[in-house]
Amino acid sequence: MITAIAPTRDNYLTHEYGIKSWLFTQDHKRIALLYLGAISFFFFLGGVFATIIRLELLTPPGDLVSAQTYNKLFSLHGIFMIFLFMIPSIPATLGNFLVPMMIGCKDLAFPKLNLLSWYIFMAGGALVMYAMLVGGVDTGWTFYTPFSTSYANTYVILTATGIFITGFSSILTGLNFIVTIHRMRAPGLTWFRLPLFIWSMYATSVIQVLGTPVIAVTLLLVAVERGFHIGIFDPNLGGDPVLFQHLFWFYSHPAVYIMVLPGMGVISEVISVYSRKKVFGYKFVAFSSVAIAVLSFLVWGHHMFVSSQSVYASLVFSFLSFLVAVPSAIKVFNWTATLYKGSISYDTPMLYAFGFIGLFTIGGLTGTFLATLGFDVHVTDTYFVVAHFHYIMVGGTMMAYLGGLHYWWPKITGRMYPEGWAKLSALVVFLGFNLTFFPQFIMGYLGMPRRYHAYPPEFQIYHVLSTAGASVLAVGYVIPAIYFIWSMRYGKFAPDNPWGATGLEWQTTSPPPPENFEITPVVGYDAYDYSILEEMKVG
Amino acid sequence: MNSGFRLFPEQASTTAQHLDHVTIYLLIVAAFFSTLIFALIFYFAVKYRRRAEHERVVESHGGMTLEIIWTVVPFLLMMVMFVWGANVFFEMSRPPDDAMNVYVVGKQWMWKTQHLEGQREINELHVPLGRPVRLTMTSEDVIHSFYMPAFRVKFDVLPGRYTTAWFNPIKAGKYHLFCAEYCGTLHSGMIGWIYVMEPAEYERWLAGGPAGESLASGGEKLFQERGCANCHLSDKPGRCPNLVGIFGQPVQLTTGQTVKADEAYVRESILDPSAKVVAGYQNIMPSFQGLVTEEDLLQLIEYIKSLAKPQQQAAPPAARAGRKQNR
Repeated sequence: MITAIAPTRDNYLTHEYGIKSWLFTQDHKRIALLYLGAISFFFFLGGVFATIIRLELLTPPGDLVSAQTYNKLFSLHGIFMIFLFMIPSIPATLGNFLVPMMIGCKDLAFPKLNLLSWYIFMAGGALVMYAMLVGGVDTGWTFYTPFSTSYANTYVILTATGIFITGFSSILTGLNFIVTIHRMRAPGLTWFRLPLFIWSMYATSVIQVLGTPVIAVTLLLVAVERGFHIGIFDPNLGGDPVLFQHLFWFYSHPAVYIMVLPGMGVISEVISVYSRKKVFGYKFVAFSSVAIAVLSFLVWGHHMFVSSQSVYASLVFSFLSFLVAVPSAIKVFNWTATLYKGSISYDTPMLYAFGFIGLFTIGGLTGTFLATLGFDVHVTDTYFVVAHFHYIMVGGTMMAYLGGLHYWWPKITGRMYPEGWAKLSALVVFLGFNLTFFPQFIMGYLGMPRRYHAYPPEFQIYHVLSTAGASVLAVGYVIPAIYFIWSMRYGKFAPDNPWGATGLEWQTTSPPPPENFEITPVVGYDAYDYSILEEMKVG
Repeated sequence: MNSGFRLFPEQASTTAQHLDHVTIYLLIVAAFFSTLIFALIFYFAVKYRRRAEHERVVESHGGMTLEIIWTVVPFLLMMVMFVWGANVFFEMSRPPDDAMNVYVVGKQWMWKTQHLEGQREINELHVPLGRPVRLTMTSEDVIHSFYMPAFRVKFDVLPGRYTTAWFNPIKAGKYHLFCAEYCGTLHSGMIGWIYVMEPAEYERWLAGGPAGESLASGGEKLFQERGCANCHLSDKPGRCPNLVGIFGQPVQLTTGQTVKADEAYVRESILDPSAKVVAGYQNIMPSFQGLVTEEDLLQLIEYIKSLAKPQQQAAPPAARAGRKQNR
């Protein structure tokens, strides 16, 4: 039974109808939904590849798919999940939707550029899809040379061009956010009154703008060497194969923080609202995002300890990698301290936040293992690394993304999701995730190399556990997909501020009107000042 | 082999022992912090659960002391990881002087190993127990990575250059050899075995193979066949540098720079002679790119090394000459 009254006010979803009203929209909220649709599709494909990979690894011999197919599957899994899902995930959907709303303005600084970013992203995605359909690519998402430039017989240039194009979407979105956050904050909303989500989006945007051109140039160089045999990376042509790794990781390590910083922003919001407390050490959490953005550019060499890079370079990169762990630790401790003497409720987003902190802690700690020089030599390019980055990206970012989607779902759609199912799926995701990836730490230390189509039988037990976990995890992802779609039509109507949050996005209607706010808000209080809610009621 | 749920791999080299100590420290630190965070979250979540809809919360204000503690303590614990890990890493990157030399050539998708005595193996390597082994490695095509989990040793194998790794086996047995850097279709088939044998057994194995010639004498043959000897062994000054005694010595170049005549330099001088021309000589040597294989190059290097020996033994005291030996 629907008991709440359907909103009668004009909102961004009902303002205009028809396919054109979506494809030519300049409304950041609608563009966020366009992204949501696209990346959900790419995530689904990436998940299908992962499923086949896990099924293949159930038994030691390579018996389900051929070696070449397996190599294409893990390459496409990485390319889809990283470039077409993780990097745009939180910034392009939640970020697009929330940045203008949280700072109290009508739209991003450049609405047309925002729409263009989506089209660029789709063009790049389409090209990667086309490359996949005509034969795929088998270089891994890392495109290491000279394999990718001189030896692979797959669609390297096509795929790289697709990724090259999506990069511009990332750069333009970052630029748009930076300008918006600088120039369009509501009156009274000073930097230290900003929600921490905005700080993390800002730090992310800086990395996107500074880092992405490097991967673009690198992929271009790969295409030039492959297409025109101009020696850059292949020693047979006079190039240097290790140069590629330096260039690639100069972007791709900061890219890890493009993926995880937005998740940290979501967690700061969620932890605060469901504890009804200010985030402990606001400034430390805010500046740790900036510190991460800066340090992330100085640690790329920790991917290359066994690459023949100078041992002294390795020494410096190891030290700097420990430094970048400090701001992450600061965040974890401050989130935990926020809970102290709070008023904690266990709504679904909070369960995801608990999951995030736990899994990110494990991911972060094993990250310090990998920064430890001698240890890294043994486990680099093994399943230990696979487990570590899945703890950060799936255990971290994916949990935050799901938590954030639940948290802002009432605002985005004007409907509530079913709480019982949501809690169940959060639990299933957490259990499934750990069962999938924890055994991979063990098999990695035992020596199981990554990207192996077939493997020695003594590793089977861990692969069986991992595949079992992946099946559970898949169920955990399918349940929300079903009830989110269901709730868009059948969910209870959402009140304007169902969680009792203080952010500006909750002070407008659910779903918001096309221009976000009827009157531009004036901010006279700090973020997460829950006493303001009482005053508002009285006022 | 299918059964057996183990948490630590076989510990079959000195490095493995040293690294596992680091691992135990890492695990203790990780266990401490994850338990701390999990316990605190669980405790707070239960203790401070919302009991009434409009509960009032007392704000706890951020404490500078706390912030400093949880910045400095993890940092110091991490500095222990840094120093200890770096220590093991330096051990890994410095082969002892008395290590026996083995050459490794990687190609899609097999490992070729060569002993100085001339034995060649494919996807296998036999070594004696208790003697450090130094691997000098190169690739014929893409990047590979020579990985022996039981010894905790891994190093990338690159085309166009030589990399080294070493290990000191402390337990006889048969251990996995993997390629750890993705190298194409049959990457997961680029695997093999390392056999660590009792020294006497190893000697028998060395002697038991087909009576091949040593790497150095193979190199000498190539040196004659390819015409290198006409010029590079000549005492007549002018045309090209005499290679006797050159290996391991500094070489003055036409550019004024000085380089050490090591494996990489010799390799480059054969394939791309104009890259580094020795001072006082013309750039007249033709390139041997495409005319010699990676394995030929290794034989030539061993031969040039052997040319160095008589002179070295003659000049410095005998004790030093012994240490310089590479086998």
